[in-house]
Amino acid sequence: MDSMPWLTLVIVAPLVGLPVLLLWRSITDEAARWVGLAAALIAFAVSIGMLADFETGEAGFQMVSKHPWVESVGLSWFVGVDGFSIWLVMVTTFMFPIAIAASWKVDYQVRRYMTMALFLETVIIGAFLSLDLLLFFLFFEALLFPMYYIIGVWGSKRRIYAATKFLLYTMFGSAFLLVGILWLYVESGKQLGSATFDLTALEQLDLSTGVGRWLFLAFFIGFAVKVPVWPLHTWLPDAHTEAPTKGSVVLAAILLKTGPYGMLRFNLDLFPEASRYFATAIMVLAVIGIIYGAIVAMMQTDIKRLIAYSSVSHMGLIVLGIFAFSAESMDGAVLQMVNHGLSTGMLFLVFGMLYERTHTREIADLGGIVQITPWLAGAYVIAMLSSIGLPGLNNFVGEFLVLLGTFSVDRVLASIAIMGVILSAVYMLWSYQRTFQGSLKERWGTLPDLSWREGAIVAPIVVAMLWIGLHPAPVLERLRPTSERVSEQVRTVQVGEPVEPLVEASATTGEEAP
Amino acid sequence: MIDPPRVELWAILPVLILFGGALLALLGAAFARRATQAPFALFTLAVLAAAAASALWLWDREPVTVLGGMASVDRLAVVATLVLCGIGAFGAYLGFHYFEADEFRRNEFYALLLFALGGMALLVAAADLIIVFLAIEVLSLSLYVLTALTFRRGPTEAAMKYFLLGAFASAFLLYGVAMSYGAAATTSIQGLARALAGTTGSQPLALVGALLLLVGLGFKVSLVPFHMWTPDVYLGAPSPVTAFMSAATKAAVFVALVRVLDVAFVALQWDLAPAIAALSALSMVVGSVLAIAQRDVKRMLAYSAVAQAGFILSAFVEPGRDGIAAALFYLITYGAAALGAFGVVMLISGGIHEQTGFDRFRGLGRSQPVLAVLLTIFLLSLAGIPPTAGFAAKVLVFGAATTAGYWPLVLIGALASVAGAFFYLRVVALMAMREPEGEDIADPAPLPRLVLAVPAAMVVVLGIVPGVIVPLLQEAGVLTW
Repeated sequence: MDSMPWLTLVIVAPLVGLPVLLLWRSITDEAARWVGLAAALIAFAVSIGMLADFETGEAGFQMVSKHPWVESVGLSWFVGVDGFSIWLVMVTTFMFPIAIAASWKVDYQVRRYMTMALFLETVIIGAFLSLDLLLFFLFFEALLFPMYYIIGVWGSKRRIYAATKFLLYTMFGSAFLLVGILWLYVESGKQLGSATFDLTALEQLDLSTGVGRWLFLAFFIGFAVKVPVWPLHTWLPDAHTEAPTKGSVVLAAILLKTGPYGMLRFNLDLFPEASRYFATAIMVLAVIGIIYGAIVAMMQTDIKRLIAYSSVSHMGLIVLGIFAFSAESMDGAVLQMVNHGLSTGMLFLVFGMLYERTHTREIADLGGIVQITPWLAGAYVIAMLSSIGLPGLNNFVGEFLVLLGTFSVDRVLASIAIMGVILSAVYMLWSYQRTFQGSLKERWGTLPDLSWREGAIVAPIVVAMLWIGLHPAPVLERLRPTSERVSEQVRTVQVGEPVEPLVEASATTGEEAP
Repeated sequence: MIDPPRVELWAILPVLILFGGALLALLGAAFARRATQAPFALFTLAVLAAAAASALWLWDREPVTVLGGMASVDRLAVVATLVLCGIGAFGAYLGFHYFEADEFRRNEFYALLLFALGGMALLVAAADLIIVFLAIEVLSLSLYVLTALTFRRGPTEAAMKYFLLGAFASAFLLYGVAMSYGAAATTSIQGLARALAGTTGSQPLALVGALLLLVGLGFKVSLVPFHMWTPDVYLGAPSPVTAFMSAATKAAVFVALVRVLDVAFVALQWDLAPAIAALSALSMVVGSVLAIAQRDVKRMLAYSAVAQAGFILSAFVEPGRDGIAAALFYLITYGAAALGAFGVVMLISGGIHEQTGFDRFRGLGRSQPVLAVLLTIFLLSLAGIPPTAGFAAKVLVFGAATTAGYWPLVLIGALASVAGAFFYLRVVALMAMREPEGEDIADPAPLPRLVLAVPAAMVVVLGIVPGVIVPLLQEAGVLTW
């Protein structure tokens, strides 16, 4: 690699703000905010550079850089990007400055808040780019503490309960993940001569069917908690609801994506046979999640909880797309990860702005607000329509691809999943009607409308939504080769047969099999 | 004609320096009862530096057994001695700061600390089970007295409990030595290994001996079910003593356990590994679960020490170089984190007032930000959350256990870590997420904060670049016999 080490740069870019925040103890709150925002914007700029260098039409990993880190145990700084991770990194670097700008009003321990936020951004990007299992696990675990801290310190009333629940659920899942990773590590020592955590090397391991399935489950539990797959979702409504606005945005938009990303990257690559074997069961869970999330969302009286349950529903759709194994559905799943980040992130943002004005999350307390804050209501409508999947906005493309891909594999499940899309229109529109329309309550008579700052925060997301909705080709053409490769790789495996070791997994291109 | 045994005192120079320093400190304390502490503390630090330097001087020697087969000179002993001297230095400083506030001078503290360290340094170099027993007695007796050093009711009671149960454990240890002698007609660690590898030893008898030794040593590192003394003693002892005891005793006794399990009884590995795994799993689970129920930080850390002993022991199911290196790495990071955590607790609890209940920690993030950040780093490392060294340590010991095929043990350990994260981070939550209540009695002195920043920095640096010491530890893990 003779070009810039973009990936390493983008991982460490948010950290440039840390020395200032850590060492300058008497920094004013205002300066700390600017430092945080500047660092996040630098990361975004670097990620644009990465995107510009990304070669369209290439299915394997690009910009790979590999340096031994702890040689004696086989850990290496091994990062690479492909069609899946590039967009997840982009949405991360895109949403972080927005989330930081949205929390300008935080005035309690701003320095620590920004420190945690930047650290969190680094570890999330790191998790998306690692091709070394231990490195990935390190990042995956390292994001727990900053998120825990952000929910617990700056959250609302039941914040400590929610933060602890988040932490315990996720760590419970990663306990299994760790065992799985170590097992592969030891196995690689036996089969390849030297133990390693290198993903491309571990792909070539010759695992027996039984072992592969058990390991698949270990990895799956680790990621399913993060997604969250029904019935492991109960931490999510609490965490989303109690977190401060910025915490909810980061959780919903980015952090949840580490789960489906892990499935896509590790479960499918390492255990294709087991993926096929468990696919139907997982798709059923996903569809249950879609419907269950939607129905529960309808019954919420708290808007943040409503958005949280809508996340459960949407994340179900993503998992469905992954385990349908068609190239279209995988395209759709990854695109949905990005879309869900944008639309749910924006829902939380706009609601956060409303909350700053009203200090209530109860739908019953609100009503008629559209009359005095038309711009705020307008922003909410756009986010809501995007979330519902209105044609012309981003979610439509993703949902369509997922359902299309799934339909060719399993018509029944796809049909039920479509019900979830319809239900999402029900709860979203209904929540809008009860919150913004109707008769205006006396106490909200003086609410200010969107300020310029708030408008500037929301505008980029709207642009991104429209762009993906109207012209998704630039996203899809970078995504497609990777989806085809992974889909091909999984589909050629027969359930019950031992897996052929993949010789050059990263170099195979997505040619259609006859 | 019988050759007189060669007296190669250079080989145990660190031990001699420590004991010599201890005797001088004791004399000084006897003659200068009313003297200020500072000269004693400085003297102790000088002795520790000399001991560490002499240990370093031994690093490049060929591994040999000297003094008629009583002591080993090898890199394991050198590394362990260095670690012990480091822990001792921090312990001495914490003690100095703690007893400054007391109305009585406690100049015996330094003599006892050096005696304990001398015993530990002897223990890590032991090449004979008799020396193991001897060294354990030296360090235990010093620790019993150290526990009771403030003459208050709590510490005295704790010391009594420690002493009675400790005497019981010593009996087990001695019985194990006797059984081993019965099995192989030798108490030499290498002799046992040779006898058991060949056909001259009696395997069943040796197995009984090994298990009894495991009980005796397990008591010292507080493995379940031999942990009963730990919470009371850790709570009752003066905080600097607890800090020193928790870090140093574990380091020394686990190194002795390396010699016993991975050399003397390595031929019985297949029979012993299930017992080791069971003890490890029990300690991790019981320690973590009981720690959840505590409402006092010192008691909580005591139960956490039980769980941590289980984590370290899980590396022993893999008797090779990597298992030993993993255990050593864990011991170093645990030592730094435990020392630091108890040190911060000492400052927060108002020194000799020892108010270590949870209420004391509420809202500390605002009133004492430096202490809160330090304690958070130590607790994160104990919980094994990256980027602290505790994470690397857990991955290493779990990796060793998986290599040996004990993945269920790893799963139990990983799940116990979830419980661990709960109780460790609960203290973080108390400090950062609650409002302060009651008056702040934390020690305002800046120097102890600076000193405690050293282990904190170690924990972070070793978490990010564990590679700086892992190769050294792997060298130390190559045992020749």
